[in-house]
Amino acid sequence: MEISVKINGEEHRQEVEPRTLLVHFLRDQIGLTGTNIGCDTSSCGACTVHVNGESVKSCTMFAVQANGEEVLTIEGLASNGELHPMQESFRQCHALQCGYCTPGMVMASVSLLKENPNPTEAEVREGLEGNLCRCTGYHNIVKAVMEVAK
Amino acid sequence: MIPAAFEYIRADSADAALAALAEHGDEAKLLAGGHSLIPLMRFRLARPEVIVDVGRADDLKYIRDDGDRLAIGALTRHRDVETSDLVKAEAPLLAAATSHVGDPQVRHRGTIGGSVAHGDPASDIPSVLLAFGATLVAQGPGGEREIAVGDFFQGFLETSLADDEILTEIRLPKAAGAGWSFQKFNRRAQDWAIVGVSALVRNGTAGIGLVNMDSTPVRAAVAEAAVASGASPAEAAEAAAEGCEPPADLNASVEYRQHLARVLTRRALEEATA
Repeated sequence: MEISVKINGEEHRQEVEPRTLLVHFLRDQIGLTGTNIGCDTSSCGACTVHVNGESVKSCTMFAVQANGEEVLTIEGLASNGELHPMQESFRQCHALQCGYCTPGMVMASVSLLKENPNPTEAEVREGLEGNLCRCTGYHNIVKAVMEVAK
Repeated sequence: MIPAAFEYIRADSADAALAALAEHGDEAKLLAGGHSLIPLMRFRLARPEVIVDVGRADDLKYIRDDGDRLAIGALTRHRDVETSDLVKAEAPLLAAATSHVGDPQVRHRGTIGGSVAHGDPASDIPSVLLAFGATLVAQGPGGEREIAVGDFFQGFLETSLADDEILTEIRLPKAAGAGWSFQKFNRRAQDWAIVGVSALVRNGTAGIGLVNMDSTPVRAAVAEAAVASGASPAEAAEAAAEGCEPPADLNASVEYRQHLARVLTRRALEEATA
């Protein structure tokens, strides 16, 4: 069936199979491969994108469920060649090692601060419970989010 | 992991969903937030022929003050329950338990009705509804009927909803001022509970709902009776696992789950009566 989704501000009309997952639609049909697939089981958060401004796991949503909605991926975060403050803070705080979880971690962090602009460190850790990082021990990720919240 | 192919129908109201179910009967499955169903479909543990997407049926998204009870539309998202001032005031146990469902991404999509209608003994929300003695409202071709939560869960992932019925509303007796506690034991923050306990205490009686202690969500009925007859939290909690047949899995043996149920029920009753 045909769906129409606004992705990073741009309208996309595409034919999809109903069983196509949003993450596969973004990566394979739209060509936005910044969104990673990690666990494939709604656990790791690597595939986190925003739908209508809120973080969701794009492996646990069909593309047809995004029909008529707005999706923001990691590619849409920077504007006019300037990194989003969260991206810049991840860079400054060295909040990554292998980088695989990073797109999802950044998207989840932006959503977190939108809902709670002045979180405690504990709230940041809890707010990122849906995103797994196997390298960093989370320390610098939490630091990067706290820096943006300041 | 790609789900099996299915026919997709979008139903943006309760009536549209009922019409789709009337046409497709037991071949159809309702898709709400999708956070129980889509993982099952990806593992091909579920292969519905027809998906009826009710995710945008806005007439089933509400939290209403309904006199001496709260009425919550089945498609209200966990996030909206968790952050609702009305729920926090009148049913703080529900707000607290909901904040422990999955993770923020899951709560942005998952719905209270989807979670309850899935009938998973490992999910948190059914234990809350059991503790409250909630009433569920189902709509079918013959109209609306009320189902006491104690009659709703029939077996593993089975409820008393008929194939042509949808869950439309959850009704909770208001509980401002009642003692309450939600206890969830798991290994990692976002995991399912290995065992969980919801407790609501008022006027010397306790409602105690258990997570992951049987093939359906269950109450700790013997412990509830003990509280009613004046037992202390520690005494009542000794009976928390009585009558339950908990599952054994990688995380816990039967005996360990029984132990957890007793410990968590004691903590819950202590907190709820403090």
